Amino acid sequence: MAMKYLKSTAFYVLVVFIVVQALFPFYYAIITSFKSGSHIFEITYLPNDFSLQNYKDVLFKGNGTFIRNFWNSIVIATSTVVLSLFIAVTASYALSRVRFRGRSLMLMTILAVSMFPQIAVLAGLFELIKGLGIYNTPYALIFAYTIFTLPFTVWVLTTFMRDLPIEIEEAAIVDGATPWVIIRRVFLPLMWPALVTTGLLAFIAAWNEFLFALTFTSSMDTRTVPVGISMLSGNSEHEIPWGMIMAASVIVTLPLIALVLIFQRKIISGLTAGGVKG
Amino acid sequence: MKMKTFITAAVASISLMAVSAVAADLSIVSGSTGKDLEFMTKELAKFTAATGNKVTIVPMPSSTTDQFGQYKLWLAAGNTDIDVYQTDVIWAPQLADQFVDLTATAKDVAKSHFPSIIESQTVNGKLVAIPYFTDAPALYYRKDLLDKYKIAPPKTWDEMAAAAKTVLDGEKSADLQGFVFQGNAYEGLTCDALEWVKSNGGGQIVEADGKISINNPKAAAALDRVKSWIGTISPKGVLAYQEEESRGVWQLGNAVFMRNWPYAFALGNGADSKVKDKFDIVPLPSGGEGGSSAATLGGWNLAVSKYSKNVEEAKKLVMFLASAEVQKANALEASHLPTIESVYDDADVAKNQPVIVKWKAIFQNAVPRPSAPTKVKYNEVSSLFWSAVHDTLSGNGTSADNLATLEAKLTELKGDGWK
Amino acid sequence: MAATQVLSKDTSVPMKNELLAGRTRAAMIFLLPMMLALAIVAGWPLLRSIWFSFTDASLVHLYEAKFVGFKNYLNWIDLPSGKRVYTGVLVDKGWWNAVWNTLRFGTVSVVLETIFGLAVALVLNAEFKGRGIVRAAILVPWAIPTVVSAKMWAWMLNDQLGIVNDMLQRLGIITEKIAWAADANYSMAAVLMVDIWKTTPFMALLILAGLQMVPKDVYEAAEIDGVHPVKVFFKVTLPLIKPALMVAVIFRLMDAMRIFDLIYVLTPNSSQTKTMSVISRENLFDFDKFAYGSAESTLLFVFLLIMVTAYIKFAKVNLDGSTQ
Repeated sequence: MAMKYLKSTAFYVLVVFIVVQALFPFYYAIITSFKSGSHIFEITYLPNDFSLQNYKDVLFKGNGTFIRNFWNSIVIATSTVVLSLFIAVTASYALSRVRFRGRSLMLMTILAVSMFPQIAVLAGLFELIKGLGIYNTPYALIFAYTIFTLPFTVWVLTTFMRDLPIEIEEAAIVDGATPWVIIRRVFLPLMWPALVTTGLLAFIAAWNEFLFALTFTSSMDTRTVPVGISMLSGNSEHEIPWGMIMAASVIVTLPLIALVLIFQRKIISGLTAGGVKG
Repeated sequence: MKMKTFITAAVASISLMAVSAVAADLSIVSGSTGKDLEFMTKELAKFTAATGNKVTIVPMPSSTTDQFGQYKLWLAAGNTDIDVYQTDVIWAPQLADQFVDLTATAKDVAKSHFPSIIESQTVNGKLVAIPYFTDAPALYYRKDLLDKYKIAPPKTWDEMAAAAKTVLDGEKSADLQGFVFQGNAYEGLTCDALEWVKSNGGGQIVEADGKISINNPKAAAALDRVKSWIGTISPKGVLAYQEEESRGVWQLGNAVFMRNWPYAFALGNGADSKVKDKFDIVPLPSGGEGGSSAATLGGWNLAVSKYSKNVEEAKKLVMFLASAEVQKANALEASHLPTIESVYDDADVAKNQPVIVKWKAIFQNAVPRPSAPTKVKYNEVSSLFWSAVHDTLSGNGTSADNLATLEAKLTELKGDGWK
Repeated sequence: MAATQVLSKDTSVPMKNELLAGRTRAAMIFLLPMMLALAIVAGWPLLRSIWFSFTDASLVHLYEAKFVGFKNYLNWIDLPSGKRVYTGVLVDKGWWNAVWNTLRFGTVSVVLETIFGLAVALVLNAEFKGRGIVRAAILVPWAIPTVVSAKMWAWMLNDQLGIVNDMLQRLGIITEKIAWAADANYSMAAVLMVDIWKTTPFMALLILAGLQMVPKDVYEAAEIDGVHPVKVFFKVTLPLIKPALMVAVIFRLMDAMRIFDLIYVLTPNSSQTKTMSVISRENLFDFDKFAYGSAESTLLFVFLLIMVTAYIKFAKVNLDGSTQ
C-alpha cells in the first residue's frame, strides 16, 4: 500500500515538474507584461506591478494595427491548414491505400522538397510571388506556407491511414463506391481527429512563421502577428519594449491555448478511433 | 498659417524644377519606431500639403539586419513599390548601384552638413543618400559616485578604469559594475572597438584610401587594455551585451560608466529610473598620449531607389526631410541629433534641448566606420573585425596574433582592390 | 528507393484488374494537386537556389549572374610562387565548423527531445485528474512564436538581469553569474536548453498520438501474465508506436539540422553555435556572397537528404527485427 502511494506521489511530482518547466517562461512573460518602466529590469518571482498599460499600448497604440495583424494571422493560418489538409487527405489516401509504382519515391520526394533551408528559398519564392502578382496579399503567405505544412501533413496522414485495417474499406469497394466517396464516407469520420492533431501542429507552424511573413508583405494591413510583434517599438531606436513584447506574446499565445483545450479531447479520442483494427 | 507658408517656401526652395505639378504617390520604407514614426508622419503631412504628393510609410522591424536583408532583396528584384529608403549610415555604399545620385540635387546644401557624414555617404563621387539625422555615442558617468570619491570625469581610458576601480573598491557592492559597453559579437562591437583603436592612434581598420591598417601595435595595445577590464571593472557577461543590456544594468544604478548612444540619456532621466539626475555625459575618453577621443558615427539617411517611378518627386521628398527645418523639428521633438551644423547653434535647440548641444563637441571627433572604402564587402569586413575583437576579449588568442590573422583575412577579401 | 516501404505495411486492397486500374487513376488525380502545389511552391525556388550556387550571383545583381561551374564549392589559384591555394565552401573552415555545430546540435537535441517527448507522452497517456489542462499546458512552449520565445529566453539568460542565474544562485547551484550567451562554454548548452524546452511538446504530441493507437487489451494481457512494466514498454509499446515515433523523429531531425531563428536571435555571431543555416543566411543576405550562400544551402540540402535516407534505411532494419 505504502508503495502504491509512493508511486502515485512520484507520478504527480513528475506531472507538476513537467507543467512547471513548460509554463515557467510563459508565467514570467505574463508577470513581465504587467510591469512598466524600470521595473522591467528587476528580477521578481511574483508579480510586483500590475499595470495594464502594456496591453493597452499593444492593442490600441498603433490605431488598431495589432488587431488587424491578429485577424490576418487567423485568416492565413486557418486557410493554410484547411488547404493543406484538403490536399493532404486525398494525397495520403492515394499514397497509403493504392498500390502503384514509385510510391516510395514520391514519399521521399515530398520529404526532400522541405529539406532546403527556408532562408535559401526566400529569393526564388519572392520572384515567384511577384510573378504571380500576389505580393503583399494574404494569398502570398497561404501559398508559401504550404511549402512546410504540406509535406508534414501528407506524411503524418499517410502513416495514419496505413494503420487502418483493410476491412473498413472493403465493404465500400464491393458496393462500387468511388475513391472520393470512400474518403468522404469511410475515412473522414475516422480521420477527423487525426486531422485535428496535424491541423493543430500545422496551424501553430503557420501562426508563428516570421521570415516569409516579413518578406512577402509590405504594409501594416497585410502583416501577421509575429511581424507585428517584431515591430512593436519603444520610443526611440535601440530601446526594446520588453513589457509590450511580453504582453503581445501573451495575447497571441492565448488563442492557441484555447484551441488546444477545445481540440485536445479530439486528439485523444480520434487516435483511439484509429485503433479500431483490434 | 505662418508655419504652413514657411514649409511651402522650404519645399519650393529645394525643388527649383517644380514644374511638373502632377501629384505622385510615394512610399518611404523606414525602420523608425515609436516617436520617430509619429514625427515622420507629421512631417510628411506637411510635405503632402505643400506638394500634393501623397506619401505612405512602410514600417519595418527595428532589427537593422532584418531591414538590410529585406531591402537588398527588394532592390535586387527591382521593386517599384518603394521610392525612398531610410538607410543606416553603413548601408548606402553597399547599395550604391541601386540608388539615384543625389550630388546635383543636394549641391547647395551638402556643405551645410557635417563633412564626415557626407563623406560616409559618398561612393566614387556619387552621393547615394542624404543625411536625415545622426547618432554618436558618449561616455555616461555617475555624477553622484564620482563626486563621492572626488574624481573628475575621465579624459583617458586609463583614468576611467582607475576611477571605476576606486568606486568599486569603495562601494563594495556585488551588483555594481565599473564599465558597461556593447561587447556582443555584432555590429555594435565594431563601433565600440573602432573607438578604442582610433582613440589610441591605431587607425580606423581600413583607411579612406582602402589601405588595411588594423595590424599595428597601437591597435593591439588598445584591445589589450579593454581585455584587462573584463572580469575586473566589467562583468564577463558584457561580451554578450548589446545596447539594451548595457542600459538595463546602467538604469538599475548598477554601473559607474557606460558607453552608449544618445537615446539612453532621456530614458535614464525617466521618472522611474534609478539614475535619474545622477548622471551626465562627456565625450568618450582618449587613449592618452597622442590619442584623441573618437566617436563612431551612426545615424540614418535617405536614399532614392533607382526603380522608383517618380524619381523627381522622391528627390524632393528626401531633400525636404533632410532640410534644416525638419532637422530642427526632429531635434526639438524627438531629440535626434541634426546633421546640419548650424542647427546646433539654433537658439530654440539650445534652450529646449541642451543635451543636443553637448553632442556637438562629440561630432568634432566623429569617425565613420570603413563602409565607404570597403563598399559591398563592408559587412564581411566588420564581421571579421568584431570576431577578432571578441576572440581577443574572450581570451581566445592574443591581440597581436588575432590582428595579424585579421589583416591576412582582410587582404584576401580585398583581393585586387575593394569593389 | 525501397527505403520508405518501412512505412508501408501493405494495406492496399487486393482486387480485380479493372477496378485496380480505376483506383490507380483516381490516385493519380488525387496526387496531382499536391504534386502541382509542391512543384510550384517548392520546386522552382529550390532549383533556383541550386542554379545560383553554380553562378557568381550577388543579391544586388541577381539577374546578371553568370555560370561559373563548381567554383563556389571548390576552386584553386596557382600563385606565382608555385603554391596552390584552394578556396570554396568545401575548404572553408567556418563552414566545417558550422557543419560540426549543426551535427552536434541536431544529434543532441533530437535524442533528448525524443526521450523527453516519450516520457511526457507516457505521463499524459496515463489517466489522471486534470489531464486535459496539463495537455494544453505542455503545448505552450511550442505555441509561443519563436521570435518571441527566443527573445524571452535571451532576457532570462542575461547574466545580470536574467532570472535563470538568479534562480541558480538562490538554489546554491552556482556561485558566480554565468554569461550564458557570451561564454563559449555555455552558449551551445543554452541554445540546446531552449530548443529542447520548445520542441519537446511537438514530439510528445505526435508520440501521444501513436500511444493512443496501442490497443488497451495488449496491456491487460501483459498485466495478467505478470510481465514487468519495463519489459512491456520495450517489447510491446515501443514497437507499436514506432511508425508514429519515426515520422516525428524525421521531421524533428530536418528541423533541427536547419535550425535558424533561435540561434539567430540568441547567439547570432558566436562561432560556437553558428549552424549551417545561420552561416548560409550570413552569406546570402549580410555579406555580398549570394552564390556562396546558395552553395552552402545546397550542401545542407544534400547533407539532409543523405542523413534522412540513411535514417530511414537504418530504422527499417530495426523495425523488421522487432515487429515481426
